[in-house]
Amino acid sequence: MASSLSSRRTLLAAAGSAAVLGATGLLAPARAQGIAPTRSMRGGSNNYRPGAPVVERIGGGGFWMSGTVRRAGDGAPLKGQRIQIWAHTTEGHERDPKSHGATLTDANGAFRLEMPQIVPAFGQAHGHLAFEGDGFETVFLRPVMNSPRDTSLTADFVLQPV
Amino acid sequence: MPSQRSILIWLGLGLVIGLPIFVAAQSPLLEWRAPIYIAAGFAGIISMALMLIQPLLAGGYLPGLPPRTGRRVHAVTGAALVCAVLLHVGGLWITSPPDVIDALAFRAPAAFSYLGVIAMWAVIGAACLAALRRKVSPKRWRLGHSICVTVAVLTGVGHAWLIDGTMGFMTKAVICALAVAATVKVLSDLRVWRLLPNARKHR
Repeated sequence: MASSLSSRRTLLAAAGSAAVLGATGLLAPARAQGIAPTRSMRGGSNNYRPGAPVVERIGGGGFWMSGTVRRAGDGAPLKGQRIQIWAHTTEGHERDPKSHGATLTDANGAFRLEMPQIVPAFGQAHGHLAFEGDGFETVFLRPVMNSPRDTSLTADFVLQPV
Repeated sequence: MPSQRSILIWLGLGLVIGLPIFVAAQSPLLEWRAPIYIAAGFAGIISMALMLIQPLLAGGYLPGLPPRTGRRVHAVTGAALVCAVLLHVGGLWITSPPDVIDALAFRAPAAFSYLGVIAMWAVIGAACLAALRRKVSPKRWRLGHSICVTVAVLTGVGHAWLIDGTMGFMTKAVICALAVAATVKVLSDLRVWRLLPNARKHR
């Protein structure tokens, strides 16, 4: 009885993971050789401000938002891409214009922007990032911090060419 | 002259409700929030406190408020609970409209949003049934109200528990546990399960 239960569980687990892999495109032959694009996260675009300016630093700083931007398919790093970052911080609400700032990726496709400490808002300590630019589909991310005491957060983009 | 026991019960209830509010008032998060957001948060805590008081009133457990009087107060605190929930949602809406619209449309990124919206509708459902109770049969009204409040308390507690907000860990745990316990106790004392459609089979 126990073995039949466990084999049924194994079968269910295998079928479940196959379904997940299939749904995410990891089993699709056409994409097997490439890196899949990052999908926008739920709530990612909330309180987005189109065209927020590129800044040296958002407010007084003390917290680091970083990540990478690559191209879907071959995974090549993308230089000079504009990433907008915003969050509820010790210096302002998500909706405040001063809580928003943008930065550009370097030659390695990496970006890094200093901002005020993110604090829990609407139930979770989280940040928002947006890719805005020509040539690729727009992506909105909403990473959640493991602990509200963290002083950094990362988010990586894989962009789909249009 | 009230008995020592009734003084202790009222004092205990005052502490269980007062302490979470006091602890939340010390939260460092308040410093980084606008007044409307702070008010919305406290309206949520008060909603949880009222969800603890409601079953105590319905069951006539509070000294000086026997079932008949208790239920009259229960109707008033029920209306206050609906107001507190609407202030909570309204205040959050003003703070960040897209987040609340996502929650109400059941497309928010976090489970606590779904639980909170279900709790809100369950509270509104319980209140609507109470307002229309003379138009439905006593059996249906009692069963419907009981189901609504069960859903409201369970999802409301889940919502509060999962949120990283101003409430303190211990005081939140105590008020949530007592709200569930009081609801279970009154449903059991009023033998609500007898109202279920297939109850006769199990009798």
